Amino acid sequence: MSRKRPEPVQIVKQRRDAALRALVAGIPFVQFLGIAFERHGDELTAVLKFDDMQIGNPELPALHGGVTAAFLETAALVELGWQNLWHEIESGRLDADSLNPATLPRMPKTIDITVDYLRSGLPRDAYARARVNRSGRRYASVRVEAWQDNRMRPMAQATGHFLMPSPSAE
Amino acid sequence: MPDKVGIRGAGKRRFIDELPFCRAMNMVLEEVGEGTAVVSMPWNDRLVGDPVTGVAHGGAVSSLLDTCGGVAVLSHPAKPSTTATLNFRIDYMRPATPGQTITAHATCYHLTRTVAFVRTLATDEDKANPVAMATGSFMVQT
Repeated sequence: MSRKRPEPVQIVKQRRDAALRALVAGIPFVQFLGIAFERHGDELTAVLKFDDMQIGNPELPALHGGVTAAFLETAALVELGWQNLWHEIESGRLDADSLNPATLPRMPKTIDITVDYLRSGLPRDAYARARVNRSGRRYASVRVEAWQDNRMRPMAQATGHFLMPSPSAE
Repeated sequence: MPDKVGIRGAGKRRFIDELPFCRAMNMVLEEVGEGTAVVSMPWNDRLVGDPVTGVAHGGAVSSLLDTCGGVAVLSHPAKPSTTATLNFRIDYMRPATPGQTITAHATCYHLTRTVAFVRTLATDEDKANPVAMATGSFMVQT
C-alpha cells in the first residue's frame, strides 16, 4: 500500500496561518486591545502586547482588571473557534484563503466567566493559553491561564462556559 | 489607585479620566454614593466582538463592570484607600444592542478590613432587561 504523499510544509503553514488570521483579524475589540495569536501546530498562545492605554492603576502601575478579563475571555473564545475551524480547513470543507467574517463558522458566545486575579498585571506583555475541558454540541467549558515573565507564576486564571453556535445558523 | 477624594465632589468625573484604560474606553463616572457607583460607556465601533452581528465583545462589558465595582468599593463610607480585584464572575444574559450606551450600576454590599464584596449590573437603553451581571470580591486597604 502506498501512503499519500504529505503536503509540502509551506502549503500546510500557509493554510493554517491564513485561517488563524481570518479568525482574529475580523474582531475589532481584539485588535483594539492589541491581542495577537502565535501558533505551533494546533497549539495557540495569545499575546497581549503592552500599551500604556491598558493601565488601570497608574500608581503601581498595573494593568486594568478589565484588560486582563478581556484577554482571558478572548483567549478562551479564539481557542474554541480555532478548534472548530481547524477541522474544517484540515478536512478541506472550508478553503482557508477565502475565509472572511461572513464565511467563517460562527463564534461561540460567552455564557459566564469567572476570573481569578492572582498577581497584579505588570506593565509588559502577557501570554495566555486556553484548554477546552469539555466541548459538546450545546456548550463548552474552557479554562485559561495568563502569565507574564514566568510561566510558573500565573497572573490570572479563568473558567468560562460558552454557548456553541448551532449548526443550523451556519 | 488615585486618591479616594478624587471620586467625591467636583473632581469625580476626572477620577476615571486618570485611569488610562477607562479613558481609552471613554467611560464616564455618572454617580457616586455611599458604596454605590454608576459608570457609563458610550458606543464605539472598537467595542465590537462579533463582526457579523456588530455586538460588543464580552471583554468590553467586563471592563465596565470591573471599573464600576472598583469605584463602588472606594466610595464606601469606610473609605478604603486602595482596591484591586481578587475575583470576578460575569454572567452574560443577552447581547448588548449595537449603537447603545452601556451603563453599569455597582453596590459594595459588604466590606471587611481586607475584602469588599460587590455586585454590578449592566444595561443598555432597555433598562428592564439587563445585559450582564457580575459579583466580585476586591482586596482593600483602609
